Amino acid sequence: MNRVMSNKVVIALYVLPALILTLSVIYGPMVITGYYGLMEWNGIGEMTFIGLDNYKELIQDSNFWESAWHSFLLAIFSTLSLAGYLVVSLILAGKIKGSNILRKIYLIPMLLSSVAIAQLWVKIYDPNNGLLNSFLKAIGMEQPPVWLADTDLVLYAIFVAILWQYAGFYIIIYYAALKGVPEELIEAARIDGASPIQIAYKIKVPLISGVIKVTIVLAIVGSLKYFDLIYVMTGGGPNGASEVIASYMYKKAFDTFDFGYGSAIAFFLLIITLIVTWITRKLTTSKDELQY
Amino acid sequence: MAQIQNEAANEKSVWIRIGMVFLYICLIIVALFQIYPLVWLAMFSLKTNTEVFGLSPPFSLPQDPQWVNYLNVWENGNINIYFLNSVWITIISVALTLLFASFVTFAITRMNWKLNKLTLGLFMVGLMVPIHSALIPLFAFFLELNIINHPLSLILAYTAFNLPLTIMILLGFYYTLPKEVEEAAVVDGCSVHRIFFQITLPMTTPVIATTAIINMIYNWNEFVFVNTFISSDKWKTLTVGIQNFIGQYSTDWGGAIGATLMISIIPVLIAFLVLSDRIVEGIAAGSVKG
Repeated sequence: MNRVMSNKVVIALYVLPALILTLSVIYGPMVITGYYGLMEWNGIGEMTFIGLDNYKELIQDSNFWESAWHSFLLAIFSTLSLAGYLVVSLILAGKIKGSNILRKIYLIPMLLSSVAIAQLWVKIYDPNNGLLNSFLKAIGMEQPPVWLADTDLVLYAIFVAILWQYAGFYIIIYYAALKGVPEELIEAARIDGASPIQIAYKIKVPLISGVIKVTIVLAIVGSLKYFDLIYVMTGGGPNGASEVIASYMYKKAFDTFDFGYGSAIAFFLLIITLIVTWITRKLTTSKDELQY
Repeated sequence: MAQIQNEAANEKSVWIRIGMVFLYICLIIVALFQIYPLVWLAMFSLKTNTEVFGLSPPFSLPQDPQWVNYLNVWENGNINIYFLNSVWITIISVALTLLFASFVTFAITRMNWKLNKLTLGLFMVGLMVPIHSALIPLFAFFLELNIINHPLSLILAYTAFNLPLTIMILLGFYYTLPKEVEEAAVVDGCSVHRIFFQITLPMTTPVIATTAIINMIYNWNEFVFVNTFISSDKWKTLTVGIQNFIGQYSTDWGGAIGATLMISIIPVLIAFLVLSDRIVEGIAAGSVKG
């Protein structure tokens, strides 16, 4: 048994294809990004070493900080919206007829490409013949907002599309977790006279706190790397009002061919993502221990 | 006394009913919010330009369904090329991901070696890496390999970036599988390769199906890599294809845009109708264990 299953050649044969691919396509480039950040490079010509200049420029770049602020806002909104998804899941996981079908309907937008979702919402928000403004005009609003062209509204308008896209994802996760809560516990609480709201708040939510923690990390990290939808919907505009870190990085690298500066932003994004993941896990772990 | 109690109970059940109706209304409003934009898109895709840009309200039904919109974009908008590219690039990447991920998971859970936990950890960290932080060097690397503007760049990127999640989902399943069959096979003098291909792999069919559909949806919808690596129409996939198409024609082609979007969405919707349980399972498995 041991001899056959310890064959080093076979192990290497089975692990190496995936390992080489992962190292050369994910980890190698990830490290090199930090290195490119030290360079002045247009992607084709010679690379020049300029030390920390790109990172210094980054710290003083107000456009960058504005995009970071937008990413941060999206992360906050996304985290807050988790509470709404949790309430919907709690209702669904109570003995409700048709919860199976409803759950699947909620999920459909999540399966579509961000490009399709973005284009669909561009049509919905169209100031003249979009779905939303036609509705607003029909109920008597004379000058409905121009949504994606309004610098004050654009980020919120995009966030509604993000809500639409991800609602089903989080509901599925919470629903699966809630179904794992032992029935006896709920039954016992009910016999002791606990109301459904008390059961939800005092038993179900604490018991799935591990999963809630994971979704908080997913929501924050997901928002920090948000790109496709915004890039297609507004391209970061109008006037940078919906620019986020990833879209700013992409523009710098692939539109203005400042690969060095783009890499510096990308490296910053990586570091922030790792730090935020770590902090969120730390913060939410201590709460866990209190509850048990 | 008994009557009063009874009345109180009745009153309570009336309130519970009202509460239930209210909850249902909430759930249905959420469902409408999720589904109506797609219904609207389907209507939109069947309208003529005058209907789209004209005075008819956007929530109206198409007066005379323009199926010809679909035919037009399929033949004249390169959509057929993009569609086929999406299909074969998705299939090859998913097959490679599943094969490599199964190899790794088998080696980690069934074979004895010292660095297996460390290797597993290495793959799992990949879950957190944002695509953007690898994008520029990856572009430079593929440029060096001369596969920029070649579908191989997409296949490599998709396969690699799907490995961590796939391994994670497979791992949960492998741990629950009994090892007795494999142990018996070893005693009978079976080679590792035969054990893997003829015993383990067939036993994992359910989880293979789940991860396959999840990966397919991811690859089908992927945008950043195609947008960055592919510039010629010959190799573009649907996401970037429709994006460029819509950019070109947004002012003069109304219903056609709806039709292109529908064409990109329909395969996913069909997969969803057939395999919704697997999709739900895959999403739940992929995140809950994270």
